[in-house]
Amino acid sequence: MPLGIAQNSSLDSDKCPVRASGIWRLYDQRLRVLFYQAAALAALGWLGVYLYAAASEKLAERNIQTGFGFLGREAGFVISQTFIDYKPTDTFAQAIEAGIVNTVVVSAIGIVLATILGLVIGIARLSHNPLLAFLSRLYVEVVRGVPLLLYLFLLYALIIGTLPPANSAWEIVPSVFLSNRGLAIPKLHWASAYSWIAFSFGAGVLLATVIGHLIRQRRISTVSAPRSWLPVLVAVLAPTALAILFLHPELMVDLPVNGRFRVVGGAQLTPEFTALLIGLAVSTSAGIAEIVRGGITAISKGQLEAAQSLGLRRGETLGLVLIPQAIRIMLPPLTSSYLTLFKNSSLAIAIGYPDFVMVSNMTLTQTGQAIEIIVILVLVYLMVSTAIALLMNWYNRRMSAYDLCN
Amino acid sequence: MISATKIAEGVVPTASTAGISPYQRRSMRQRVRPLFGTPINAVISLACIWLIWRCLKVSFNWLFLDAVFEGGRQDCASAYGACWPFLLTKLRFALFGTYPYDEQWRMALSLAIFFTAAGLSMLPRLWGRRLIGVWLVTVPLLAALMWGGLFGLRYIPTLQWSGLPLSLMLSFVGIVVGFPVGVLLAIARTGSLPAIRGLAVIFIEIIRSLPLVTIMFMAAIMLPLFMPSGAQAGVLLRVQVAIILFAGVYIAETVRGGLQAVPREQFEAAQSLGLSYWQIMRLVVVPQALRIVIPSLVIIVIGFFQDTALVTVVGLMDFLSTVRSAMHDPNWEGVVVIDGYLFAGAVYFAISFGLGAYGRFVERRAQMGGF
Repeated sequence: MPLGIAQNSSLDSDKCPVRASGIWRLYDQRLRVLFYQAAALAALGWLGVYLYAAASEKLAERNIQTGFGFLGREAGFVISQTFIDYKPTDTFAQAIEAGIVNTVVVSAIGIVLATILGLVIGIARLSHNPLLAFLSRLYVEVVRGVPLLLYLFLLYALIIGTLPPANSAWEIVPSVFLSNRGLAIPKLHWASAYSWIAFSFGAGVLLATVIGHLIRQRRISTVSAPRSWLPVLVAVLAPTALAILFLHPELMVDLPVNGRFRVVGGAQLTPEFTALLIGLAVSTSAGIAEIVRGGITAISKGQLEAAQSLGLRRGETLGLVLIPQAIRIMLPPLTSSYLTLFKNSSLAIAIGYPDFVMVSNMTLTQTGQAIEIIVILVLVYLMVSTAIALLMNWYNRRMSAYDLCN
Repeated sequence: MISATKIAEGVVPTASTAGISPYQRRSMRQRVRPLFGTPINAVISLACIWLIWRCLKVSFNWLFLDAVFEGGRQDCASAYGACWPFLLTKLRFALFGTYPYDEQWRMALSLAIFFTAAGLSMLPRLWGRRLIGVWLVTVPLLAALMWGGLFGLRYIPTLQWSGLPLSLMLSFVGIVVGFPVGVLLAIARTGSLPAIRGLAVIFIEIIRSLPLVTIMFMAAIMLPLFMPSGAQAGVLLRVQVAIILFAGVYIAETVRGGLQAVPREQFEAAQSLGLSYWQIMRLVVVPQALRIVIPSLVIIVIGFFQDTALVTVVGLMDFLSTVRSAMHDPNWEGVVVIDGYLFAGAVYFAISFGLGAYGRFVERRAQMGGF
């Protein structure tokens, strides 16, 4: 009689083979579990070794040295638009850095624009006005029904093919010019005084957070409810106002003007950047509009009725009751749409905006260092994705924490 | 429980009939009120009407009044509106691309067979084991038609596959093969085996953090640089595998949400009935999880159908790509600026909208317990 069954003799030995022996041990749950995991790890290890061997053979054949040494060599290619200083004699590392900055700039502005647009459209979809609700629904459907890549091609073709040439640029609003060379907008000349003002504004925000926290603490402990917005507002604005008063910064704005051959001055944004920015903002705004709508409709109708019965006006109901609760519901999906926008900015390569992926690709064609570039791509995208996710999780926790103290 | 037949017979009030009884007709005043009830509302309505009017007028002028219906390059160059001759002469190329001209009937036939099989699969009446049989016949048939080399059909290498059939194939195979991959990954990630869970987490998080473009570049351009010379796969196959893995990871994350929403008691109840682990997963947990995540899965399917347009970037001739090269035809270049994109957009929109509408139908059916 097998040992395992003997120990559990009270059980029916036919139906409950708790511990088998001999060949039946292979059916033991714990052994099997261990076996599966070991097999998975072994398969992965074998794949890794195989790929490594194949890759090193291939690289030796093509006479490519592995390692990140190539980053210090001269890049030698031109990047059409950069937000940091870059010239072709700089290194590959600097080129990739310029590409990353390009990606971050277009994503950051895109996120701001998409959020504003999505908020407006999402609220419009809930409007009691059937026409407005219909139009915003149509917007969402049309944007979602067509690939972003097609929109990018279309926008780029529209900018290049249908807008007036640069010598007769179209002034949409004063000092903002649109032509087939892209968009020209006013540019602020950065002076040291601005940095100080920005610094004091930051200090003001910090001060206001502390004061707001103290007031909230007092409100909780004394149960009286003094208005807290006035001291907070003063705390935000006072340092900035003082800094402006003492430093007297000169406002130096470089306005673009319609020159004889093209628009000169200001900040010139290339057609590629403009098309990518509009495409990213529009495509993400449709998703954000749905998130906003979903978030607001998810709040129970009782909240709305309770707010109305307290005599709150429509704006107050929205701002004090609905939106604060909706934000909590909206944050997780909002995070993922921001991440999607950031990743979608890699479509830049299709219309020729030199983002991170495009610069990496240019580096690849110059050096052939495929493995190193894959490593760089994965690391940078993992880092940014993780950073955005952590930031949003932190904010999410903070927002949920309000439940407990207020 | 409310059954579908009761709703169809009108016994149970639905959302559309619950509010107003059919005998009570709304007066003109009640109809106009949401549009012009308050001054602000009236302004919004007028602005909307103006916007709709402007859009309709611009589209109508572009499509018909200012458009060119007959002629060639010269006629289109002088006109402001749409260039219909371009679309008509290039339509076949836009749809079928670089597939040999004389053999394009095979692609047309494949499309027809595919749409018939897909349409049949969408009818709830036919859901069941028979459908598996249908696809077991359809897929080899489509492959034989596209590849050829059998029954006297000319062999066409995959490099020449292009146009709308290629886009549909990439997304269909990507979703259909990616789906089981995704479900398995989701089970691995929610399971209790630490090593396998760890591998699943690492794999999912790395792929999810990367844009599809970079994954396609890795598959199409970087992989050959360090793969052994003997094990080279065609670029189409590599890109298809990339799409499958990418789809699998996104499906996994969606299904994981569903798996976590299935109450633990379901698992325990099934265990106490004596079902094995895989029986529990297959018969009890996964079906419930999938029903929860139908809406998200529909969004993923539509998204992947559109995402296959990205293969343009690595040089495969999908539908968007063939439309683009039709527009870059020397006969038409510079004359047609947006016509092709609008046509492609209309096709993408029609398919996406159809899928979305079908998804909403399935969702309603699932909520009513129609499975």
